[in-house]
Amino acid sequence: MWTFFHKLASPPHFYGLAGKFIPWFAAIGLPLVAYGTWAGLFIAPPDYQQGDAFRIIYVHVPAAYLSMLAYMVMAIAAGIGLIWRMKLAHAVAASAAPLGAWFTFLALATGSIWGRPMWGTWWEWGDPRLTSELILLFLYLGYMALRAAIDDGTKADRASAVLALVGAVNVPIIHFSVEWWSSLHQGPTLIREGGPAIAGDMLYPLLAMIFGFSFLFGALLLMRVKSEVLYRERRARWVRRLATESAGAA
Amino acid sequence: MTTLPDTMPGLGRGFVALLRRDLLLAWRRPGDVLNPLVFFAIVATLFPLALGPETDLLRTIGPGVVWVAALLAALLSLNGLFLADHEDGSLEQLLLSAQPLPLLVLAKTCAHWLLSGLPLVVISPLIGLSYDLPADGLLALPATLLPGTASLSLVGATGAALTVGLSRGNALLGLLVLPLAMPILIFGARTVSLAAAGDTMAGGVYFLGAYCMLALTLAPFATAAALRISNE
Repeated sequence: MWTFFHKLASPPHFYGLAGKFIPWFAAIGLPLVAYGTWAGLFIAPPDYQQGDAFRIIYVHVPAAYLSMLAYMVMAIAAGIGLIWRMKLAHAVAASAAPLGAWFTFLALATGSIWGRPMWGTWWEWGDPRLTSELILLFLYLGYMALRAAIDDGTKADRASAVLALVGAVNVPIIHFSVEWWSSLHQGPTLIREGGPAIAGDMLYPLLAMIFGFSFLFGALLLMRVKSEVLYRERRARWVRRLATESAGAA
Repeated sequence: MTTLPDTMPGLGRGFVALLRRDLLLAWRRPGDVLNPLVFFAIVATLFPLALGPETDLLRTIGPGVVWVAALLAALLSLNGLFLADHEDGSLEQLLLSAQPLPLLVLAKTCAHWLLSGLPLVVISPLIGLSYDLPADGLLALPATLLPGTASLSLVGATGAALTVGLSRGNALLGLLVLPLAMPILIFGARTVSLAAAGDTMAGGVYFLGAYCMLALTLAPFATAAALRISNE
């Protein structure tokens, strides 16, 4: 197991491995998203209360879920990089942040579009999850700003890793404190006692979207890590060989 | 077996010496200490001027305004927490010292809180009075600001340590610290509002106390790690 771990930490090895995984992730993710989009728009029946407006959850829920997953990925990778001084983990953390920020933005945008017909406002301060999602976006932006402000690569890695960990400790506290406000948001539908409170026709596209989004996130993350590794290792011999080989092939 | 020489200073000595040094430095330049306090009062003055003098409105927004002003004043003073030491090189001496860095960081944070947090706590009832808060609200202001400003100093020190020595650190510090400070703001301002409306304030004060204890436990280590990284 440790040899696997050590091998994974080697940039050329990871570069090759990531290249093999990306097509698989994309091949699983894209059909799932395609099915979820089609089924969500045409097969799932309209909600008896919300009509067709509920269909935005097929984007909103996976985006919100991934916004938090990406933060976890980022914080865990940052922790690994800080503790074991593993450069590759820092590359993963750096690549996860912009993706997470975009998913957070997507969740906020779809949430507010959904809120317009349902609550009558684009933005509802009383809703705890919308607010904590906004704070999550600020955390992502702070992380990226700190990374951008430090010129030295290793220093930027380590400083932003500390910030990511401090943020990770705070995320549950932020969530709890915002929850302490009054709530307008729908209660949890999927994960709760007594099974999901959603009809099968509505549920399956949603599950397909969640898994599809996750696999696409994996593929995008690996793509970003690949280019991040190439940039960081631009002076290494294996990258030069790669560049001359591809130049020779073309 | 070797015994430690008698001249080896204990853990408490380093802490006290650094605390005294920072307080003494501030005492010699009282203007720096007054700045956050005056800033706090001015920000609290801006809101009535901008929103109009209706007593009902002021009573409603008072707790939030005082808390936001305290947050901004703390942020303003955090910039200088490690800056002077970084510029004259004494920060590197602290990093090299045999004393545990988290403890030294805690001493600096304590000094910062005594100089910029505690004065805000003390004059906050006066500001509250100008917003015509009832007696319960006036009591709740220092009760929430006491653990609140301490938590701000502790969490903010981590941000200050991360941005020390960066040319654009000034604006960045707000971006890093303010999202982390939002739970403190929510509980602080909300508890004062509830207390002003006659509700009990125990829950919010307990939460802020718990947050302060958590920050006291973890933040010095994060700050020490951040200082080591930014001075590598």
